[in-house]
Amino acid sequence: MHPADIEAPVIQLRNVYRTYEMGDQVLNALDGVDLDIERNEYVAIVGASGSGKSTMMNIIGCLDRITKGDYLLNGTDVGEMSEAELARARNREIGFVFQSFNLLSRASALKNVMQPLVYRGIPRAERKRLAADALGHVGLGDRLESRPNQMSGGQRQRVAIARALIGNPAILLADEPTGNLDSKTSSEIMALIDQLHQQGQTIIMVTHEPDIAAHCERVIHLTDGKVESDERQQRTAA
Amino acid sequence: MFALFESFRSAFESIWAHGFRSLLTSLGIIIGVTSVIAVVSIVQGLSYTINAQFAGLGGNSLTIRSYTPFKKQIQGRLAKLRDSDMQVIKRRIDGISDITPVLFTQTGSQGAISYRSQVSFSRVIGIGPSYLDVNSVYPQQGRFFTGDDDARRRLVCAVGVDVIEDLEIPGDPIGKYFRVGNEWCKIVGVIEERGELFGFSQDNFVLLPYGTAKRIMGASRDLDIQIQLLVDDMNRQDEVKERIRRVLRQEHGLKSGEPDDFRVQTAEQLTESFNTVINMVTAVSAGIVGISLLVGGIGIMNIMLVSVTERTREIGILKALGATRQDILLQFLIEALALTMIGGLLGVAIGYGLGALVAALLPGFPAAHVPLWAVMLSFGFCAAVGIIFGIVPAAKAAQLNPIDALRYE
Repeated sequence: MHPADIEAPVIQLRNVYRTYEMGDQVLNALDGVDLDIERNEYVAIVGASGSGKSTMMNIIGCLDRITKGDYLLNGTDVGEMSEAELARARNREIGFVFQSFNLLSRASALKNVMQPLVYRGIPRAERKRLAADALGHVGLGDRLESRPNQMSGGQRQRVAIARALIGNPAILLADEPTGNLDSKTSSEIMALIDQLHQQGQTIIMVTHEPDIAAHCERVIHLTDGKVESDERQQRTAA
Repeated sequence: MFALFESFRSAFESIWAHGFRSLLTSLGIIIGVTSVIAVVSIVQGLSYTINAQFAGLGGNSLTIRSYTPFKKQIQGRLAKLRDSDMQVIKRRIDGISDITPVLFTQTGSQGAISYRSQVSFSRVIGIGPSYLDVNSVYPQQGRFFTGDDDARRRLVCAVGVDVIEDLEIPGDPIGKYFRVGNEWCKIVGVIEERGELFGFSQDNFVLLPYGTAKRIMGASRDLDIQIQLLVDDMNRQDEVKERIRRVLRQEHGLKSGEPDDFRVQTAEQLTESFNTVINMVTAVSAGIVGISLLVGGIGIMNIMLVSVTERTREIGILKALGATRQDILLQFLIEALALTMIGGLLGVAIGYGLGALVAALLPGFPAAHVPLWAVMLSFGFCAAVGIIFGIVPAAKAAQLNPIDALRYE
């Protein structure tokens, strides 16, 4: 990754396959996907259940490896990475937000947000300061010591977003971020994500809800592991 | 280094978060280490005291006793040391002094002593006049007997303080008569109190002149005696020992090739043979305890495996946040290690307390003593158990696939 490559797409997928073998059956969860995502894009990946959007999410998030093809993340070939380098990429380049929040249930909000920085070797005092700042940004400056089970769904997802952003990742990767929330809280969380986009954060979101996808500037539709449509749109949500 | 430190922190947080379970998990280790430390502290305390006791037996003393190999014991052919052996040694060996026979009463009626209606039992020992110097015991009251008492086989004795107490002899015991076996003996001296060892009194004995003892036990019988003597020059101890051996072999008519039917032991050797026993007790108990630590370790592995399954999702989250395999491996390994080490720490503390308590509660028991090596060994063993039994669960955790782990319900 050189400074000269700064304008290169943050994600480049070239003829990507992800194949599962179940007995004699071969299933292509991703079936020759070509895709570029630029810096500061706001992308929704949509599709029916089984269309391959979760697989796509795992591949982009470096949680899974592709079977065939090329995946360049920030210009680096992910296919060549070792296990440890993948972990490092997850730590530095990707911020995850999950449908079920996936917070560490035994740890306070502050500790949850501090956790990614542990793997960067940042001293504890510094971690604490950065995490408290990040929680302040998502409006939870007064809930630092609360545990996940003491918080509402919306608050938990805010903690998760703070945790995803603490390390300044290249991409915020959100998997059905409002799937477990009521409509009012959903719109609050979406407003927060919109705001992050306006601040320049690259966001990729997997969803099956049209009104959530409507927040995005680009909608990629997957069917049977293939890109069926890839459209830019005017954001409709307010 | 940083990762290690962080792993320790997170391990302690996790252990603290599951306080009760952690306690149960390391209970096996705690009990194991507690028993090691308790046993070792008591045994070592004993050993300390006994070494101090043996120090009373002069370093330059030699003890000669008969020795019958086990095979001959079964055949009933018991080796013996006789008066004649002592006379030969006295006559033919230079550089020795204070030679004394020691005749222990055989089991049976000779141990019974009585005064008026009081009956008791005691160790009745026949000795020569120089016994006192060899064994550093002295009368606190009255006198010791003389060569004349011995030669005339006078019925006089010197007793330990317990004998007076047990027989309830009132007033000044000197000059009083009591029964030893079938004879009446006059008390001429009371020996200094020596206190208790392992809860057994060391003051329950009756010392008789050697000749008198033979008379009481039946002079006609072929008695087996021990011979104690002092070597004048400490540096020539080995030389004297060897000469005694040669003389006795000749006296007993042993052919070259036949083994000695006696043993010549220095005070040091007595201590050593005692220490051998102590060390064996220590080793055996340590071995038993080692097994219990092993069982404790298996318990820890079991709980850690359950814990890995239970925390699968957490592991998935940590991996998504950028934890490498090594990070996860280290975290779980150090958690197991911390569990065993905390168990070890508690075990050492409780074990020491237990040892001290036992020593304090049993009268006459020496103070507990925990040597550093026992503590170090316990910790080392705990650490080894933690690593050996922690590695499997930790590896299992590290190998989890992040996607599967995140999906785990």
